[in-house]
Amino acid sequence: MNRFFDIPSDLQHDWLGLIVVHLREALLPVLGGLLLALPLAQLCVRLRWLYPPVLWVTTVLYAIPSLAFFVVLIDYTGQTELTVMIPLTVYSLVVLVPAIVDGVRSVPQETLAAATAMGFGPVRRYVQVQLPIAVPAILAGLRVATVSSISLVSVGMLIGNQGALGNLLHDAQIYNRPELAWNSVITSAALAVLADGALVVVRVLLTPWMPGAKRGAKSRTAGARPESAAVPALEDAAR
Amino acid sequence: MRGLDSPRNGPKLGWSRVGGISQTRRVFGVLIRIDSVTKRYPDGTVAVDRLSLDIPDRSITVLVGPSGCGKTTTLRMINRMVEPSEGTILIDGVDSRQQSVNTLRRGMGYVIQNAGLFQHRTVVDNIATVPRMLGWSKDKARARARELMERVGLDASFAKRYPYQLSGGQQQRVGVARALAADPPVLLMDEPFSAVDPVVRKGLQDELLRLQAELGKTIVFVTHDIDEAVKLGTMVAVLRTGGRLAQFAPPAELLSDPADAFVEDFLGADRGIRRLSFFSSGGLDLLTAPVVAVDATAEQIACRAASDVPYLLVTGLDGRPLGWSEPGALTAGRVDVGQLLPYGRPFVAGKDSLRAALDCAVLSPTGWAVAVDAEGRAAGVVSQTAIGEAIRGAHAHASAHAASVDPKAATR
Ligand SMILES: Nc1ncnc2c1ncn2[C@@H]1O[C@H](COP(=O)(O)OP(=O)(O)OP(=O)(O)O)[C@@H](O)[C@H]1O
Ligand SMILES: [Mg+2]
Repeated sequence: MNRFFDIPSDLQHDWLGLIVVHLREALLPVLGGLLLALPLAQLCVRLRWLYPPVLWVTTVLYAIPSLAFFVVLIDYTGQTELTVMIPLTVYSLVVLVPAIVDGVRSVPQETLAAATAMGFGPVRRYVQVQLPIAVPAILAGLRVATVSSISLVSVGMLIGNQGALGNLLHDAQIYNRPELAWNSVITSAALAVLADGALVVVRVLLTPWMPGAKRGAKSRTAGARPESAAVPALEDAAR
Repeated sequence: MRGLDSPRNGPKLGWSRVGGISQTRRVFGVLIRIDSVTKRYPDGTVAVDRLSLDIPDRSITVLVGPSGCGKTTTLRMINRMVEPSEGTILIDGVDSRQQSVNTLRRGMGYVIQNAGLFQHRTVVDNIATVPRMLGWSKDKARARARELMERVGLDASFAKRYPYQLSGGQQQRVGVARALAADPPVLLMDEPFSAVDPVVRKGLQDELLRLQAELGKTIVFVTHDIDEAVKLGTMVAVLRTGGRLAQFAPPAELLSDPADAFVEDFLGADRGIRRLSFFSSGGLDLLTAPVVAVDATAEQIACRAASDVPYLLVTGLDGRPLGWSEPGALTAGRVDVGQLLPYGRPFVAGKDSLRAALDCAVLSPTGWAVAVDAEGRAAGVVSQTAIGEAIRGAHAHASAHAASVDPKAATR
């Protein structure tokens, strides 16, 4: 058990240190993705024709392996955390943009008409009516993006130990210590589960207005996604 | 009713009538003038075709017509959610395009079907929306919201609830309260009560009439239910498909003189009966001779029976009707209340309309209607024949004094 948490010194962090780095590398891209996705989604809602091409671009970007991103980025940002976080930010858009657009579009016509009739301008209406009502959908998207980002960080090990917990996989190989690989996998999975749980709590706190019965029904679709997404996301870590 | 009383907080309305100021105005001036307005949607649909309407001040104007005839479009052109393709809309004499849309809209309450409440806000915060937008403090806006909840008949305990925790009728009340929050002179209502059951709808309609009597708003009300139109409207505009005006008249006139076959059709087969709603039952000759108290003596019963009425109405000691009986079946001192024929639903003499009186007579097993006073004591009885005569008399009177008919004389 001791050897389980005995992290080789070449990683320059103890176990907790690796967790902190891992969370930073995983969560900052999701936050950045959210900040990018909000105005982008608003544009897509306003200009209907823009949505299909935006969706297409985000999907194509998602299809580019992170290794390819690293090859291009390394000339500009070097072997740094930033090089890992940029592709992760881009990947998060593929989930976040549709989540926000669909959430905002799900606001009932009557609610929008009422807001307009009360003299809400477009910006006020987006911020005060559409976004709050889209919160459940946005948080469902954030859960998927967060879980997949946490597992994707590990590929950073490919560019000189920038993969946080993922670096343990590499060390497990070179030092022939399989328990380090177990540590990496179990710890990232635990982080993913905890982060997901935290987002569920945030959703509940932000949406006291959601009917209890409906909440159960809605989260069946939203809740099923992160769990099933977690599996391919972990497989994605090999990208 | 104090609304936008603080000059700092008040919106700059294009017309200077807010809250109490309008009290001094002449009743039934023209507030909104729709002047040969046409709306052509980009796909070529003509939703409204050269419509002209003068919407009177401080009264309820109802737009009614079949589905797709342009009612919603017309309503939304008033607050410029839809811009007219041709023609102008004047509000208190000023072109509605001369002020910013948001200012215009904040001076007009808007109520829609299913209320369109903000599901993420509590009841108070929903109602406080426009005052908050006008810069009122949170406390002042919430105090105003609570005042309005009381006014529209919502219990204060609902204040902190979310819309999903309310029934449809309660949501609709919140919708009305929200539209009234900043005390706008104009209220636009688009089928506000069509999604609730008939009993709740009747309650909401009565409430609206009461509110209107208290607040004196200018209400434009859209419905496709002609009964609702006749009940609520001071003036009713019947639109036909294609957005053309078929008739614009007070409801009594609509029922007595439909402009054409379309309007007549739209009013339905029983417009003659419905028209009776506008005649008061006050003129009926009530007979008191056939009314006997439950403790009547044998002589009293014999004396009453002598009148040429086939039945006697037995009343309790408090004067309330108990039921009908044939004179021969009554034994003084031993009246069996259980044996009496039911007297149906009585009408309130003078307050209810001839329609209610006729309804009572038709439903009564004896063919006679029972009239009661405001306290529910029997005021007399009246036969179908007598009601029929009163109806003929009222019709003759109405056509002779067509101009001076007060459309709201009788309670409907
Ligand atoms: N945005 C739009 N674009 C094109 N046509 C429209 C649009 N909105 C409404 N219409 C058409 O205009 C006509 C009038 O529509 P409107 O909504 O005013 O009818 P309505 O009288 O309110 O009907 P309902 O009683 O069903 O609510 C209809 O034929 C409708 O199809
Ligand atoms: Mg409509």
